[in-house]
Amino acid sequence: MAKRLGKQTYALEKPIHIISTATIVGEKEKNGPLKAYFEHCTEDDMMGEKTFEKAERKMMESCIDLVLEKAHITEQDIDLLIGGDLLNQLVTMNYSARSLNVPFLGVYGACSTMSESLAIAACLLDAGVGEIITCATGSHFSTAERQFRTPLELGNQRQTYSQWTVTGMGSCILSCKGKGPCVRMVTFGKVTDYGIKDIANMGAAMAPAAMDTLYTFFQDTKTEPKDYDLILSGDLGKLGSDILKDLMREKGYILEENYEDCGHMIYSASQKTFQGGSGTGCSASVFCSYVYKKLCNKQFKKIIFMATGALMSTVTNQQGDSIPGIAHLVVIENSSVAK
Amino acid sequence: MLWASIWMYCKVFLVGGAICLLGQVLVIKTKITTGRILVIFLMIGAVLGSFGLYNYLVEWAGAGATVPISGFGNSLVQGSIKAVKIYGLFGALAGGLMATAGGIAISIGLSYLVAFFASSKTKKN
Amino acid sequence: MDIQERNKKYIEYVELVSPKASWGKSLFNAFLIGGGICVFGQMCADILRYFLPMTDNVTISAWSSMMIITIAIFLTAFGVFDNIARFAGAGTIVPITGFANSIASCAIEFKKEGLIFGLGAKMFFVAGPVIVNGVAFSMIAGVIYWIITLL
Repeated sequence: MAKRLGKQTYALEKPIHIISTATIVGEKEKNGPLKAYFEHCTEDDMMGEKTFEKAERKMMESCIDLVLEKAHITEQDIDLLIGGDLLNQLVTMNYSARSLNVPFLGVYGACSTMSESLAIAACLLDAGVGEIITCATGSHFSTAERQFRTPLELGNQRQTYSQWTVTGMGSCILSCKGKGPCVRMVTFGKVTDYGIKDIANMGAAMAPAAMDTLYTFFQDTKTEPKDYDLILSGDLGKLGSDILKDLMREKGYILEENYEDCGHMIYSASQKTFQGGSGTGCSASVFCSYVYKKLCNKQFKKIIFMATGALMSTVTNQQGDSIPGIAHLVVIENSSVAK
Repeated sequence: MLWASIWMYCKVFLVGGAICLLGQVLVIKTKITTGRILVIFLMIGAVLGSFGLYNYLVEWAGAGATVPISGFGNSLVQGSIKAVKIYGLFGALAGGLMATAGGIAISIGLSYLVAFFASSKTKKN
Repeated sequence: MDIQERNKKYIEYVELVSPKASWGKSLFNAFLIGGGICVFGQMCADILRYFLPMTDNVTISAWSSMMIITIAIFLTAFGVFDNIARFAGAGTIVPITGFANSIASCAIEFKKEGLIFGLGAKMFFVAGPVIVNGVAFSMIAGVIYWIITLL
């Protein structure tokens, strides 16, 4: 049974190994600074399909196939699939699960879906529900753009504080047995809303939620930022991570070099994404490639992975509501250093 | 004659540019989106047009005043007012669309046609 | 702390740290491209006037607008328009090109949802309000004018 620490944090009893990960990213991500870590890139983001929605689905399906292949298991071995994406009714994930014939839990945490599904999967495994759980999340620039913003060919200027939705999928397999980095602790976040209404300024909308979760986690576990090799936030972007640093400083925790942001890492400044990447695929693809590889070769021993999500819809936004944010946190340790 | 037409083109450039510059100021100041900018400028043109003020600008600057969407608003209102003189109340209802029917029809018809061969592409930057 | 006060403080702080658009450059681009499109419109009008000397000014300017609309729609179809617009900002939105682009881009985007409820219905996703407001206003103005003529 998981042990409860403080209010929102749970320390897991069993070691929950992340035995394998896989990523698929689009062309723009492939040209970014992390290209060496992405194992599978696609030149054609239509994936040979007729619509972007179908393409996203196909990308997701091949990402799950890839992770199964890498772990040398088949879909019959999976006890549960957990995942989500950005689209209405989670169409990408639901339709991908249709072709897999495994029990499925669809979760929506906007861009925080990766850490949310990791946290749920780890807790379920710890409680003895199933033995192998697959988590998969992803997003596609073109489907998200046409759902949340404007048609692709509409001529408008992006705000300098806006972010770019990542075309990318990430999937990983969690198991009680096997090898690989372990999920040690999870913190489920609260929905936090500081009244930001500008749909382009997602970093600012999500930063308070990130602060809330991170602060609660440090309070619950009585640890400090310097106890971790890496504190990785989801997709706050450059502006959002600067805001998070300021907010954390107000609370008395100083985030230094060991703090990074997936959105900030995935694109270089010359790619003109302004504040960096966002979307479910952002934290998923960075975590499942760069972070996982560095955890495996022990460059990182103990990390905090906290993906953040902005939970708005176009309808609430047009009705003048502000944008709530959420952040879920998981602590991952390399198994060899664990007690 | 040559100087007159050069001066005309200067006026067109200045007035057209200035209207767009005003739009850009609005974009930066209020962060409004495409639809809203279009409506705001259309209404500016329509309001000025209904008092007959916009026509002075059209006479002075030609395409500099007719090409921006405010010119479209002006044509709607002017068309409506002109048609009242000929058809009475029926003109008030039909005149606006009659005057701008060409522009609207070509926008709709051509968009319909190009949609058959074109498809949207993922933006590069 | 009161939540409203906290939010107000936070929004002010975000406003302060958010990077600002560079005024000079974007204003200059909008002016240049916007003015350029209008000059092109004037050129079209002058050429038309040369070939059709008997036509009145209103028709000439309507024709030149239609030429610009045609070009804007084709640029949209070939995926070039959004790159120009990224540079020009309001310089391409405010001229009639913005109106044409907003119809064409929606038509291209939503044709995947079918010809009736995709292309047909969502074509006016952005430009609809323009036509709605314009027609409603012109009707009101026309009716008021009609009442005045009656008096």
